[in-house]
Amino acid sequence: MAGELELSRRGVLMVGGASAALATVSPAEAQTPPPDTAPTQMAVSFEINGADRTLELDTRTTLLDALREHLNLTGTKKGCDHGQCGACTVIVDGQRINSCLSLAVMHEGAKVTTIEGLGTPDDLHPMQAAFIKHDGYQCGYCTPGQICSAVAVLDEIRQGLPSHVSASLTDRPRATNEEMRERMSGNICRCGAYSNIAEAMAEVAGARA
Amino acid sequence: MRPFSYERATTPAAAALAARARPGAKFIAGGTNLLDLMKLQIETPAHLIDVGPLGLDRIEETPEGGLRIGALVSNSDLAGDARVRRDYGVLSRALLAGASGQLRNKATTGGNLLQRTRCPYFYDTAQACNKREPGSGCAAIGGFSRQLAVIGVSDHCIATHPSDMAVAMRVLDAQVETVNAAGETRAIPMAEFHRLPEDRPHIDTVLPPGDLITAVTLPRPIGGTHVYRKVRDRASYAFAVVSVAAVLQRDGTGRVAFGGLAHKPWRVEAAEAALPQGAKAVAAIALAGARPTHENAFKVTLAERTLAAVISDARG
Amino acid sequence: MKFDQPAGQNAIDQLKVVGKPIDRIDGPLKTTGQALYAYERHDVQARPAYGYILGSTIAKGRIRRLRTDRARSAPGVLAVVTAENAGTVGKGNFNTAKLLGGPEIQHYHQAVAVVVAETFEQARSAAQLVEVDYVKAKGAFDLAEAKAGAGDPKGGPEQSSTGDFAGAFASAPVTLDETYSTPDQSHAMMEPHATLASWEGDKLTLWTSNQMIAWSKGDIARTFGIPPENVRLDSPYIGGGFGGKLFIRSDAVMAALASKASGRPVKVALQRPLVINNTTHRPATIQRIRIGAARDGRITAIGHESWNGDLEGGSTEVATQQTKLLYAGANRMTSQKLAVLDLPEGNAMRAPGEAPGLMALEIAMDEMAEKLNMDPVEFRVLNDTQVDPEKPERPFSTRQFVACLRTGAERFGWSRRNPTPASVRDGRWLIGLGMAAGFRNNIVMKSGARVRLDGQGVVTVETDMTDIGTGTYTIIAQTAAETLGIPVERVVVKLGDSDFPAAAGSGGQWGANSSTAGVYAACMKLREQIVQTLGYPADASFTGGRVRAGRRNVTLASLASNGPLVAEDFIEFGNLGEKFQQSTFAGHFVEVAVDSFTGETRIRRMLAVCAAGRILNPKTARSQVIGAMTMGVGGALMEELAVDTRHGFFVNHDLAGYEVPVHADIPHQDVIFLDEVDDKSSPMKAKGIGELGLCGVGAAVANAVYNATGVRIRDYPLTLDKYLDRLPAIA
Repeated sequence: MAGELELSRRGVLMVGGASAALATVSPAEAQTPPPDTAPTQMAVSFEINGADRTLELDTRTTLLDALREHLNLTGTKKGCDHGQCGACTVIVDGQRINSCLSLAVMHEGAKVTTIEGLGTPDDLHPMQAAFIKHDGYQCGYCTPGQICSAVAVLDEIRQGLPSHVSASLTDRPRATNEEMRERMSGNICRCGAYSNIAEAMAEVAGARA
Repeated sequence: MRPFSYERATTPAAAALAARARPGAKFIAGGTNLLDLMKLQIETPAHLIDVGPLGLDRIEETPEGGLRIGALVSNSDLAGDARVRRDYGVLSRALLAGASGQLRNKATTGGNLLQRTRCPYFYDTAQACNKREPGSGCAAIGGFSRQLAVIGVSDHCIATHPSDMAVAMRVLDAQVETVNAAGETRAIPMAEFHRLPEDRPHIDTVLPPGDLITAVTLPRPIGGTHVYRKVRDRASYAFAVVSVAAVLQRDGTGRVAFGGLAHKPWRVEAAEAALPQGAKAVAAIALAGARPTHENAFKVTLAERTLAAVISDARG
Repeated sequence: MKFDQPAGQNAIDQLKVVGKPIDRIDGPLKTTGQALYAYERHDVQARPAYGYILGSTIAKGRIRRLRTDRARSAPGVLAVVTAENAGTVGKGNFNTAKLLGGPEIQHYHQAVAVVVAETFEQARSAAQLVEVDYVKAKGAFDLAEAKAGAGDPKGGPEQSSTGDFAGAFASAPVTLDETYSTPDQSHAMMEPHATLASWEGDKLTLWTSNQMIAWSKGDIARTFGIPPENVRLDSPYIGGGFGGKLFIRSDAVMAALASKASGRPVKVALQRPLVINNTTHRPATIQRIRIGAARDGRITAIGHESWNGDLEGGSTEVATQQTKLLYAGANRMTSQKLAVLDLPEGNAMRAPGEAPGLMALEIAMDEMAEKLNMDPVEFRVLNDTQVDPEKPERPFSTRQFVACLRTGAERFGWSRRNPTPASVRDGRWLIGLGMAAGFRNNIVMKSGARVRLDGQGVVTVETDMTDIGTGTYTIIAQTAAETLGIPVERVVVKLGDSDFPAAAGSGGQWGANSSTAGVYAACMKLREQIVQTLGYPADASFTGGRVRAGRRNVTLASLASNGPLVAEDFIEFGNLGEKFQQSTFAGHFVEVAVDSFTGETRIRRMLAVCAAGRILNPKTARSQVIGAMTMGVGGALMEELAVDTRHGFFVNHDLAGYEVPVHADIPHQDVIFLDEVDDKSSPMKAKGIGELGLCGVGAAVANAVYNATGVRIRDYPLTLDKYLDRLPAIA
């Protein structure tokens, strides 16, 4: 087969225009654009934690980096920057998303809630308080994402949306341990606080029920 | 990530036209796969056309009694739609087995079909990959191939298609609706939509460059028991090692497609005739001609055993 | 304070604050996103520039030519630093490979350049414009192949021998001789390695994410050839480490170089796909275990050999460590051999040695129990020892191993286990119970702290100790509160700054016991100062924020009304660790369900019973244990860095490819701490717990899978492909 490939390559100056997927528009033979094209700046306005914010951003800026690097909202964490860990979870227009896999300019007019918008040390959101009580965190790095996700998960269950582990697709799901664990699985905690997070969520879910 | 200019699309045809006008342009919808790849410079568009404002986010009933799913319907909304849950359970199940809640909220129906392989050699730009860089070779062959394809492979590529949704769409005989820059629409059967790698693994689908997916249509419901069984190493938030999408009828007949085995959802209609005889009989036909590596040969066994589990469950 | 005699009754024994399950004092900051991690220090540098590291795309060889002009001319770029223009960059004592490669390349993704730009987007983009021509050299990447040529590590042979192992093993009526393997594993902490660097003149400050501040300060000085006093590290919050942040890594070195070159504060975080090959990992092992026993189950011979690979100059993964101490047996041997591999650097990951060692040993014990037709718990109980088996004159300081096993067996319902494998079903699921011993040595380290009492009666503790999620902030506050008789709310804890007294740091599960002992020492020194002032040293009591000494009864606050009272001290340890073997023990119990069709394994129940000295805070200690149990499940079922033995790198180098457990994998977990105080360990009478929780978990899972399926897997992780063809036939 391919055998030993000589991989001594000139850096990573690679040809990128060849792919045809993701509704590629360029024909396979299209010229790669000059790599040092000047960045494009664009204005974007959104509501972050209830406040209107307008930023002038490089179009490449993710929502995550807009929050962290332009608004000093560093509660939202960058764990992988590739949608593989969930540390960057925020709630946009009522739905949790990975802010690392979204461009800021795609969120014109959006309402974004970050961990800072849920509560503060002096005025904790019930989920934040439950995480503290049940020790649902250790190093704390995945924690804001876990909490944003946990808040959204209870909403999703309340809306009656099924999950992978729901026995029936048509019955209303309940906030069982198994349901919450499945729905929280997009938030990795390497410290392994899962068992405690489930208990924190159960307490908040129970208080609401 | 290379610099790019950005525009918001107004109509599907205008989007396709704008795409033709700008070399190196790409559509962006949810962005969950494209941005991932742009950060690694595996994708390097010079211009992004955000199709988000097009509003293709409705699920409508068709005159034939099926459903027409807008290309921008999110994976969450599609999985949660009451009609899909009732009549196309295999699709809901497949969607819910994929990715994470956060990703499903952003990922779209059209984008899911067009997501690219998760082959680790495709993702590492220092490694040879004919899919990423045609003619550079395939480092996966002879390398770490446990997750990779066992059937429909070529000497140029052993990548799999990572979608769960597409496997269910395939078993449901869905059609992909597209529009091109001239405003012409097409309906492409799922069976034809994804390609095998052959000697051009850099081309994943038959979608012509510049054409835009506008919807996916489902024929009228076929009843039966809908199952999507996904096997993976951890319990959630992982790509399938092997998956089975099946719609099984009381008389033992049905339809079945496999995920995680090939460059496309793997369905062999001829094998479905053997469903009443059981998984072994189906697998013998469906997986005839499999060419696994020593690392992924277990997938052939696993596919058969997973189908057996599906049949067993469906029979109660 | 020198700790060289067993601790008598002391202030900690009051247990008014210590030993209580109080909530983490850093909780409100962490749960609201207000705790600032290394890349987020906008409190100290408002507008840093951004650095982005380029990693080598070959595993071994050299750079033939490197061109940076295109990168330099890219928009926003301030500087590009490579080995060609970095000046002299040395190597720290704790690093094996250099953190800036070139022209020689020692491993895949070794840093070869950092591009500095005004924005992150510009730096990332421009990094792709650095052109590097490599010349590949042949490397060794396959442990199984290199094993035959493995030799002694650089420090000389690592082996032990007691009695006549060969003779006893040969004559034992029941024997086991099996080989086990554990894969390369990644720490995969959620916060990637990150540093913000700034030079002021010749003084360098690094706001970084690091477990061992004093070690790393020294290694930064060594790397740049500057005096240690010109280096400051600050690491108040660390997003996980697990050993991966024990040492300086390329983020720190490249950020410092980038800052120097650009004249700006620069921050660098390792991009996730770079982390696995650029930094360290737990090396794979191949382990041979031989056990010989009499028919009554008494071990007469036990031998454990282990092989691993590392870069030239690297070290062994001491997987045989626990076998020297865990079970009785007159005839014993251990041996560690090291092969040179050109993979990325192997180094410590949570419970180095015991974690992979017990993954093997405790399967072997399960197998041996079966050969003896004994219950696995009873077999272990029978072979308990209260003394160091290699040096019987050395007792254990405390050893409640048997109690861990017995308590666990009772609480878990072990008696309901069917010893015949593959005999319990729940519908489609095959059900199995497994157990294993947990063992991890207790290490103590010199540790310092400074305490300051102010006029408000607030006590501030300063130490360069770190909290990597371990609960350090909280247990240090509890220690100071207990010792000085104040509520925990009156204690402020400041950590991770190298300007503070050097502490034990976070590693080897020595952090909690050692650092709190250091804080205790400083607090006792403050108490001495106070009672000297008051003039009644003999009968002073510190309670309720007041000092009562003789006829004096004053508030602590009043004592500092004319200025703060400051005391600094450290704990250092005598030879109690030589006189007494100090170790921690656990019994791990697991129930699994294995899908009889697909082989997917799911954990149904987990229990750990731990004996680890005084538990300083049962809430945070429990979290350490459940977290470790979770990591143990990962090691048992999914975690493996896939080696490309042709090109010499870990292929699955991101968090999608390297799977760690998610919520859905982990059921409710139970932890029981046995009552214990170890007066030979420290004035705290505590021991480590954070690594114990991992040790043995993998084998408990593996043994449960065996009990469920009847298929014995000796090659971790236990992925379904390894036993699928041996599951029950399907219709």
